[in-house]
Amino acid sequence: MLNEKDLLGIKELSVEEINLILDTAAAFKDVLGRDIKKVPTLRGKTTVNVFFEPSTRTRTSFELAAKRLSTDVINFSVPTSSVVKGESLIDTALTVQALGADFIIIRHSSAGVPHLLAKKLRASVINAGDGTNEHPTQALLDAFTIKGKKEKVEGLNIAIVGDIAHSRVAKSNIYSLTKLGAKVRLIGPPTLIPRETEDMGVVVFHKMEDGLKNVDVVMMLRIQMERQGKGFFPSTEEYSKNWGLTLDRLSLAKDDVIVMHPGPMNRGIEISSEIADGPRSVILEQVTNGLAVRMAVMYLLAGVKK
Amino acid sequence: MRILIKKGHVVDPSQGIDEIGDILIKDGKIKEVRIQDKEQKAKSKSPLTQPFSSMEEGKGGGEDTELRTIEAEGMFVIPGLIDMHVHLREPGYEYKETIKTGTAAAIKGGFTTVCCMPNTYPINDNASVTEFIIRKAALEGLCTVLPIGAITKGQKGKELVEMGTMKDQGCVAFSDDGLPVMNSLIMRRALEYSKAFGVPIISHCEDLTLSEDGVMSEGLLSITLGLRGIPAEAEQIMLFRDILLLKLTRGRLHIAHVSTEGSVELIRDAKKRGVNVTAETCPHYFSLTEDSVKGYDTNAKVNPPLRTKKDIEAIKEGLKDGTIDVIATDHAPHNRDEKLREFDFAPPGISGLETALSLSMKLVDEGVLTMSQLVEKMSLTPARILGLNGTLKPGADADITILDTKKEVRVESKKFASKGKNTPFDGWMLKGFPFITISKGRINEWQ
Repeated sequence: MLNEKDLLGIKELSVEEINLILDTAAAFKDVLGRDIKKVPTLRGKTTVNVFFEPSTRTRTSFELAAKRLSTDVINFSVPTSSVVKGESLIDTALTVQALGADFIIIRHSSAGVPHLLAKKLRASVINAGDGTNEHPTQALLDAFTIKGKKEKVEGLNIAIVGDIAHSRVAKSNIYSLTKLGAKVRLIGPPTLIPRETEDMGVVVFHKMEDGLKNVDVVMMLRIQMERQGKGFFPSTEEYSKNWGLTLDRLSLAKDDVIVMHPGPMNRGIEISSEIADGPRSVILEQVTNGLAVRMAVMYLLAGVKK
Repeated sequence: MRILIKKGHVVDPSQGIDEIGDILIKDGKIKEVRIQDKEQKAKSKSPLTQPFSSMEEGKGGGEDTELRTIEAEGMFVIPGLIDMHVHLREPGYEYKETIKTGTAAAIKGGFTTVCCMPNTYPINDNASVTEFIIRKAALEGLCTVLPIGAITKGQKGKELVEMGTMKDQGCVAFSDDGLPVMNSLIMRRALEYSKAFGVPIISHCEDLTLSEDGVMSEGLLSITLGLRGIPAEAEQIMLFRDILLLKLTRGRLHIAHVSTEGSVELIRDAKKRGVNVTAETCPHYFSLTEDSVKGYDTNAKVNPPLRTKKDIEAIKEGLKDGTIDVIATDHAPHNRDEKLREFDFAPPGISGLETALSLSMKLVDEGVLTMSQLVEKMSLTPARILGLNGTLKPGADADITILDTKKEVRVESKKFASKGKNTPFDGWMLKGFPFITISKGRINEWQ
């Protein structure tokens, strides 16, 4: 059983809860391998995707997960909603709830928005990414993918590479992987790794050549072009030269290393195409696993007494 | 009309009084203060066996026989508190607060004078707005309201306001509060020009290029909450610049809402070297840490942001050793709906007038300040900085706060007189509340 009606972040989850979600996801992955991929488990429930930030992959993944569980799904996205008319966030959320939503999947550019809504709503709020805070289902699907490849997460050397400071994916993964017992390293320019991050139980490297040695997993992050020109790094060329993942650099890792990326990728900038499309890449499996993990989260939240 | 306050513990640092005594008020002015002398103490429990001479006069004359007696035994009787940093929001933002509701909150919090910052709409950057505030306060205000003018037109940091004209109209200081004057040359000119009129410049120290769009203190917590941080250096860099400009100009500078350990050190150092700077802090900077932001509580969003335990300790030390001269509230009322939203977009500020005194009384309980020092920081020193009274000397306006130190109350923001219910102290048990606040001889009391 999960303890709360909402999934706000990995920070808030216990190791037991994380493992419960991962185990449940394994069962749903079996379902997704069948010819008939749909289960009637949550028939009659309603899921509303409320996305205040553009998203294709996460929204589609949630939508499909909700449909596979037989809930009705509505997508409520910003340009077509009354948010542009100046409606407050709370009013928008209450309206969605009044329509009968049981699950509200929310993405917003401001940290803490899912937490604010969770307090105000009876529906289960699932955080699909809030500002630079967390993206919990991404971290869960990443842990699920690692477990699938490496049996367990405990004891693995895992490097997260790129813009840690602005990445909710990195944050959720740091919480989840350290809770599951991995040894986590962060690699990137000092401008993109806040000094205090070291207090989160990770080791920080600024050179790929140092950080990639002997790792079992490399998790690349998308580098956002808009950081350029704000003093975080002078150019994407220089970024790529120093922190891009190339075959040469990957050879420093263990032979059976796996390479992950939450997408969308900037090929040739943070990751070379040979690696993205190569045998070490599990990037497309991550996408498939995302469905199973999101189904597991919704299924388990539906069982929480409100 | 006369008022007699009996047997209260009178604390008035302006006269060095810290004893049991009686105070007589006549026609809105303090008429006489009588302190129990040692002989009387020895003889009898009743401190004042002899009547006031002025009371005898009253009897003899047969006129004005109306006398209100206030029994203040077991209470502190202190000069009315002066808050040199509030936002009353009028004109322009009456939905947040008005002069009427803001002064009601002041009186309830024990303040008899408040100085209102210029970031209204329109901005108080010309004598007409100053005049409006003064007139409105005379009509509806429950305590004295003294406007602080903007340093620059539109608080844009480019052109100085007409300080002389605005001072004549009633401005007691100048500040672009909420926004720093980023241009060092303009700040230099402000510090120089204001000398002609003997008014202080109040600086909100923040290097905007460094704080950028931060919303809380920078550190591990801001990272784990995913909120953009403001480093302490954003305050300290600007503070150091202003101290250097003060040395250069020999003007008058007061530092608003000091929030960091480093700032306390910079001010202490400057004072040691003889620089004529004064500084204030606010109750939330010695009562709360950044932990209050956890759970994305927008009521704990304030600028400068809440810092760490170390900063709190440094601020207390600064209050104790005199580095920090003043406790002000930075009373910043906001409408409920403005705070009930994304942390990033909620306006910063705490509605502080009604909790400031009891939060500050904790400093007395903890031994950080004596009662007399607390009165200095909340009345006498702000008065000196702004050229006001802050005293119980005969002849002064009868601005008096009678403080019940035993009264313990659970803070309920919905009961605030202020329109701004935005407080991170909701639900706190606090001790020490005004029992009566007398503003220019007018009695306001609470049960």
